[in-house]
Amino acid sequence: MSSSNNKATSKSSSAGLGAKIKNMTDTNLLLTITIVVFFVMYIGAMIIQGAGFLKPQTFFNILNANAALIILSCGLSIVMITGGIDISVGGVTALISMSCAVYLDYHNGNVATSLLIALAIGLAFGVFQGFLVAYLDIQPFIVTLAGMFFARGMTTIVNTAPFNVANEAFVALKGTRINVPGMGSVNKLGKYVNAYVEIGVIVALIVVIVFFCILKWTKLGRSFYAVGGNSQSALMLGINVKRTRFIAHVLCGLLAGIGGFVYFLHVGSGSASHASGAEMDAIAASIIGGTMLTGGVGNILGTFFGVLSLSTIQNIVASAGLDQAWWTGITRAVMLCIFLIIQSVVIARKKK
Amino acid sequence: MPNNSAKKLNGTNALQNLFRNQIFIPLAALLLLALFNLIMDPSFFGISFGYNSLGNPVLSGSLITILDNGSELAILAIGMTLVTAASGGQDISVGAAIAIAGSTLLRVLCGTNSRPDTLQAPIIVAFLISCVVAMLFGAFNGVLVAYFKIPPMVATLILYTAGRSIAAWINNNELPIISEPSFGYFGSFIPGIPIPTPFFIAVICMIVITLVMKFTNIKLFVQSVGINDSSSRLNGLNPELIKIMSFVILGLCVAVVGLIKVSRISSINYSVIAKDIEMDAILAVALGGNALSGGKFNMAASILGAYVIQFLTTTLYKYNVQSDALPAYKAAVVIILVVVSSPVVREKFSKIWKNLKAKEVG
Repeated sequence: MSSSNNKATSKSSSAGLGAKIKNMTDTNLLLTITIVVFFVMYIGAMIIQGAGFLKPQTFFNILNANAALIILSCGLSIVMITGGIDISVGGVTALISMSCAVYLDYHNGNVATSLLIALAIGLAFGVFQGFLVAYLDIQPFIVTLAGMFFARGMTTIVNTAPFNVANEAFVALKGTRINVPGMGSVNKLGKYVNAYVEIGVIVALIVVIVFFCILKWTKLGRSFYAVGGNSQSALMLGINVKRTRFIAHVLCGLLAGIGGFVYFLHVGSGSASHASGAEMDAIAASIIGGTMLTGGVGNILGTFFGVLSLSTIQNIVASAGLDQAWWTGITRAVMLCIFLIIQSVVIARKKK
Repeated sequence: MPNNSAKKLNGTNALQNLFRNQIFIPLAALLLLALFNLIMDPSFFGISFGYNSLGNPVLSGSLITILDNGSELAILAIGMTLVTAASGGQDISVGAAIAIAGSTLLRVLCGTNSRPDTLQAPIIVAFLISCVVAMLFGAFNGVLVAYFKIPPMVATLILYTAGRSIAAWINNNELPIISEPSFGYFGSFIPGIPIPTPFFIAVICMIVITLVMKFTNIKLFVQSVGINDSSSRLNGLNPELIKIMSFVILGLCVAVVGLIKVSRISSINYSVIAKDIEMDAILAVALGGNALSGGKFNMAASILGAYVIQFLTTTLYKYNVQSDALPAYKAAVVIILVVVSSPVVREKFSKIWKNLKAKEVG
């Protein structure tokens, strides 16, 4: 309600303040749409399909399966807020899974070092791509498209055959479950089972909270929005535009590193086909969450709900018996399409 | 003395002109690759004459493979160049669109039975239908880009994700197999002609696009929309329509490539057909020296670029690089290309060049 009121008042207000309020309302408007869509969808699924969706564990399974995607999407949102894009995150995730798997199994490595490897790979991609995009002024899509193909190709060069990791310490960490207090359901044998989440979910939640705070309350966070909204005026405000873009890509790379390791922790194997289409899911989640492709507008919280919406749709499609692979692809694409069109309508309205 | 220096200046000017000509980049890359192969293994250039399993005379050898597979890429490069020039972005859904076009083609040819003994429709009809379908999907991308102002690569990301699923859905996830031998001619050899058919198809496409560019204003319109779309609107052009048109033309190219791809194996594999071809097509345009941010373009350079990319692929295959690892090498080539051609780097280079010259003179 309040967002539409703001919209009305912003039209009459002065230019400088008006632009700020307009952006705020866009963020709020798109965020509201996302959250409403998610809850309507989930409650609808609860009513229509019942049983499965009523169990708390179903919700936590969505979180478990998508912890990595949440982290990747956060990184992508930051880059998109600065007006760029990064489609290499899926490839980087696959490369990290494979590298860590090979290191743990063939070289008997320890888990802590494999985490460092993951972060190093992610950071390396972030720094390199960030440098090309920010300082050499090359189109981010081309750079990260090359990054994606490079990462996918490197994955096969590291190791061709997919395999499961048997390293004991890693398997123990992978199997760690954290019970959610007060949530649970009675299973078929009449026994009460507590709902659980994996470690990755905790990491994902920390990432969401930390980056939500950074974007909202730090100078760096605000400069991301400024650069994405209008890089020219950001420059005049004394913001180092190039460095801001560079940092956005580095953060995205770092988050791809963390996300890649969380993904690896979830699947516990290395394969060249891992996380295929993850970049697309992450972009879709960011867009659904209200991050604008034109930059300057976005919210990490929205991204979080964007991921949840995407995977809820997938769950609904699967439990409706349309479990063929192509339905997932088509529904996701349709959803992305719809939200893209909503965005372009919002932009068009803003221009008027 | 002054005469001599003037001559020298002329010489450097001619050289500079050659350097500035767009076609120089793919040509230099081609020479470099050819030289590399000549030094490493001259047998790369060997062409042998033989008979294939059907008893037709065929030529074989690495160069023929390049001519064969490079032709698909050259056809795609035609459409991709137009899209790049008009919209300032690239279509990354071409691989998925090829799957859709091929799937439609097979669907029409097979009717309801996935293993027909005779074709259910003439090949030309099936091809025309697949053209229409591919052009419709092209138009869909075009509308998203032109009217909804979505960056091309994100707009085409939709079809990139859904395309192969749609292709599988068109045929109910069955794998139709065509037993009719004449269907295989498009992707291999016409009896009696030892040169692969895709090359002829590519030549036809090139002639058509050359004639179209000669007798219509399409090149001028596309370039002006790419350079500045609001000023071309002020000049009475319709930028939206021109952008959509470029995507529709790419759709037509996609349908032609779909025919070749499907004809090669007389069947289809939804997840593998034309995999990673979008990268090659974009690379062809970039290697042709065309600005990936739109504007001016040189069609001949793009087409030559496509063959050079295939040259690179065939060379890599020769040194036992796995097909899944190929993208890594090509990505490295893309990065080198875009870095070298980026304005920032060029400026730095020209500064260094000037400094060197100044020192020479001094």
